[in-house]
Amino acid sequence: MSYTIEAAGLVKRFGETTALDGLDLTAEPGQVVAVLGPNGAGKTTFVRAVATLLRPDEGLLRVAGRDVRREPAAVRRTIGLAGQYAAVEPAMTGRENLEMVARLFGQSHRSARAISSRVLEQLGLTEAGGRLARTYSGGMRRKLDLGASLVGAPRLLLLDEPTTGLDPRSRIELWDAIRDLVGQGTDVLLTTQYLDEADHLASQIVIIDHGRSVASGTPAELKQRAGRTVVDVHVRDRGDLPRVAAALERLGAGMPQVEESTRRVSASVDAGMGWLRDALQALDAAGVEVDDIALRPPTLDEVFLALTGQAIDDEPQRASA
Amino acid sequence: MATTTASLESSAGPGASTFVIAKRSILKFVRTPQLIVIGTIQGAMFLLIFRYVFGGAIDVGGIPYVDFLVPGFITTSVLFAGMGAATGVAEDLEAGFFDRLRSLPIPRGSVLAGRAVADTALLTWTLAVTTAIGFAAGFRIHGTAPEALLAFGLCVVFGFAFEWLFIGLGLFAGNAQAAQGMALLVFPLTFVSSAYVPVSTLPGWLQVIAEHQPVTYMVDAVRSLTLGPAGPALLGHPASYFVTRALLWSVALVAAFAPVAIAKYRRG
Repeated sequence: MSYTIEAAGLVKRFGETTALDGLDLTAEPGQVVAVLGPNGAGKTTFVRAVATLLRPDEGLLRVAGRDVRREPAAVRRTIGLAGQYAAVEPAMTGRENLEMVARLFGQSHRSARAISSRVLEQLGLTEAGGRLARTYSGGMRRKLDLGASLVGAPRLLLLDEPTTGLDPRSRIELWDAIRDLVGQGTDVLLTTQYLDEADHLASQIVIIDHGRSVASGTPAELKQRAGRTVVDVHVRDRGDLPRVAAALERLGAGMPQVEESTRRVSASVDAGMGWLRDALQALDAAGVEVDDIALRPPTLDEVFLALTGQAIDDEPQRASA
Repeated sequence: MATTTASLESSAGPGASTFVIAKRSILKFVRTPQLIVIGTIQGAMFLLIFRYVFGGAIDVGGIPYVDFLVPGFITTSVLFAGMGAATGVAEDLEAGFFDRLRSLPIPRGSVLAGRAVADTALLTWTLAVTTAIGFAAGFRIHGTAPEALLAFGLCVVFGFAFEWLFIGLGLFAGNAQAAQGMALLVFPLTFVSSAYVPVSTLPGWLQVIAEHQPVTYMVDAVRSLTLGPAGPALLGHPASYFVTRALLWSVALVAAFAPVAIAKYRRG
């Protein structure tokens, strides 16, 4: 069986900067793989390598069994790319944008029109299809960009930070659109900085940092390892902080982090509302005056911390590519 | 509702993809009227300033300055149009538009070829407008009509040739602002030439540069085709002398910059 994507020991340098530093990643057919990592981790570089937009310096990279360096043309027939920027022509209508891509796939006028109609309908843009793309909202542009990548009916869809910069509603709409595609059997590789996005869309998450994969697994597996939920406890009196940390640990919370400046203790827990009630009682019993207590999903930083044992460092000199 | 479709195995050939990409550039231009209006006003303004402000102080020897200036002005307008091409290419690069095209199974040369073809077509329009303004400002053709048409056609050829230089600049610049900065090289190219003043009025060292750079040959080719009998007397050579040299320069420009631009585009 051939992998949709098979990367082994992938290296890409830009001058002094090593964007990919021996990256390993495999994606099986039928999967949505999310590459998750902070800015400059090498996510975009990896997608660009898969999309044949740049040549890796070392290592193996195959897409649907084809080597990206030796058979880039074959790879391009397999993929559809939607980038961080909505690469649509603002001075053309939505329909014209899609027809242009269809024509570049060698389709006749009639076939290009049929494909555009199908894609517009698929993304709920039929109404807006006749309007110039420069009149579209950010979310609609992003959808149109996604549509352009669907014109060639790709086997593998590459989405580079598809929802970065979108408002929450557009973001959820785009998620729905992506999930529909997945339902129709398209494999997807997406990059994201958002844990919830990876969680919503992906069947497999690969966390990368410094151009290397540091953890991978299903969303459930990773959350198991990272702790499903984080509890934040704010106290009135700074002196109570150590007692809060101790109380939380007794209740099974992992790795309490004390932040003096905000009078807060955060810890990962594997629990729901029942646990929260117990925690309140325990803190009350310990004589701690709690300002606020809340459960929330872990941030990417916390997952990183849990999985790699180190915090994300945002060195500015790291390549943003 | 949509069903999964088999991947499109086909792709457009070089001709078809060049055409599709050229069409997009032309649509963009036509649908952005402010580009057209500002470009036209700018051209007209400079022509009128040279004609009526500087013109009185410039002696070109025996012929009216307007007949000297307008061929030079029309020819150099192809370079000023090129500045826009450099910025446009850089914008496409920045906006990720080229990434989309580079991820498609189309011949990679066709994206830039489409750009060059579209810009040259648009240039023809700009040239026609500039010519009309020239006539309105008092320019007259002293040669034959076929010579005048040839002169116009040569401007289109020069425009296509310089287009590759500007596409290359846009690709290497990487962003629109840098592209605009790099495209300022248009000013020495056009002003240190025979376009607006006789080369003989420049200091000696500058004359050497002006006489041997492509713009001077191109300007003098167009000029000698419109001056009629006064041409060889003023310029020292018959029209054919300048036309052949200008065409050789055009070929050289394409041969030098098209491969560089295409290679840069390929590498990304």
